[in-house]
Amino acid sequence: MTPDAVTVWAVIAGLAIGTFVIRFSFLGLVGQRRFPEWALRMLRYTPMAVLPGLVAPLVLWPEATGGAPDPARLLAAAATVIAGIWTRSVLWSVAAGFGTLAAGLALFA
Amino acid sequence: MQTGMGAAIRRGLVDSIPFLIVIVPFGMLFGVAGAEAGLPIAQVMGFTVLVIAGAAQFTALQLLQDNAPLAVILLTSLAVNLRMAMYSAALAPHLGKARLWQRGLVAYLLVDQSYALAQAAYEREPGRPLPQKLGYFFATMSTIAPVWFLATYCGARMGAAVPEGIALDFAVPVTFLALVAPGLKTLAHLAAAGTSVALALALSWMPYSLGLILAAIAAMAAGAQTEIWMERRA
Repeated sequence: MTPDAVTVWAVIAGLAIGTFVIRFSFLGLVGQRRFPEWALRMLRYTPMAVLPGLVAPLVLWPEATGGAPDPARLLAAAATVIAGIWTRSVLWSVAAGFGTLAAGLALFA
Repeated sequence: MQTGMGAAIRRGLVDSIPFLIVIVPFGMLFGVAGAEAGLPIAQVMGFTVLVIAGAAQFTALQLLQDNAPLAVILLTSLAVNLRMAMYSAALAPHLGKARLWQRGLVAYLLVDQSYALAQAAYEREPGRPLPQKLGYFFATMSTIAPVWFLATYCGARMGAAVPEGIALDFAVPVTFLALVAPGLKTLAHLAAAGTSVALALALSWMPYSLGLILAAIAAMAAGAQTEIWMERRA
């Protein structure tokens, strides 16, 4: 069902303000402060710590198949990672992922 | 100084180009998904322009369709964005002395892509003066943000006209994996990524994306600890 406009705009406003506060947090409030070495060390690993965990369930249990593991999508994910490590290029990594997905969907359909 | 500023801006523009090819399908996908959920274009663009956070936008859209309560929608989507507090902290040592409105604008434009580019550039040349660091950051987003808006708009206009077989649903995982994989350079990065995946899956039963938050914190610690361990051995 289509969500009503008031609810959607409330979500948009809340998400916009909340996200800005999160993004502004350290830049805005404690921007002048130096950070301890252990904190900087942990921050180096933030993308590596968040994005794989965000993606893993989407790869294993894709919504498009109702949560059932799907060979085409698993292969596409593997190809994306392997191409990314091998070429060190986001572009080639994406190309390998979508190419494998298209081939896999055609093959397993 | 002049040439330094020009070079910083040019570098930002050039460095952002590979990301555009990733952002176009990602933005279009959100537009299509929003239109298919029955949202008018104004609402789809409201998300995209005011929030600029793809993963959180998809999370909110999904929960809206599930008729989840407002508080749950906001908590879950903001949890997805909590990583940006860490981006904010990572860039603060470099940009913390900028004017308030400049830091506000940086915060509004702080997305995965601009963070990744800026962090890498600042680590490469930590001694660059503040205006050049800002110039580099804003240059990367001067392409990424408009392309993101435009791609979403096109997706929303196309709406349900997209054929079924294209499997656009998987654009999100492919995009995120492609952002991460080229950075898997050391054992510490592998440890962080591995911990993140294992714990996110093991804790996926937890409500409100709390499992992801815990997995991310543990993964950061794993990366940092592995780095310390590798340094001791070296």
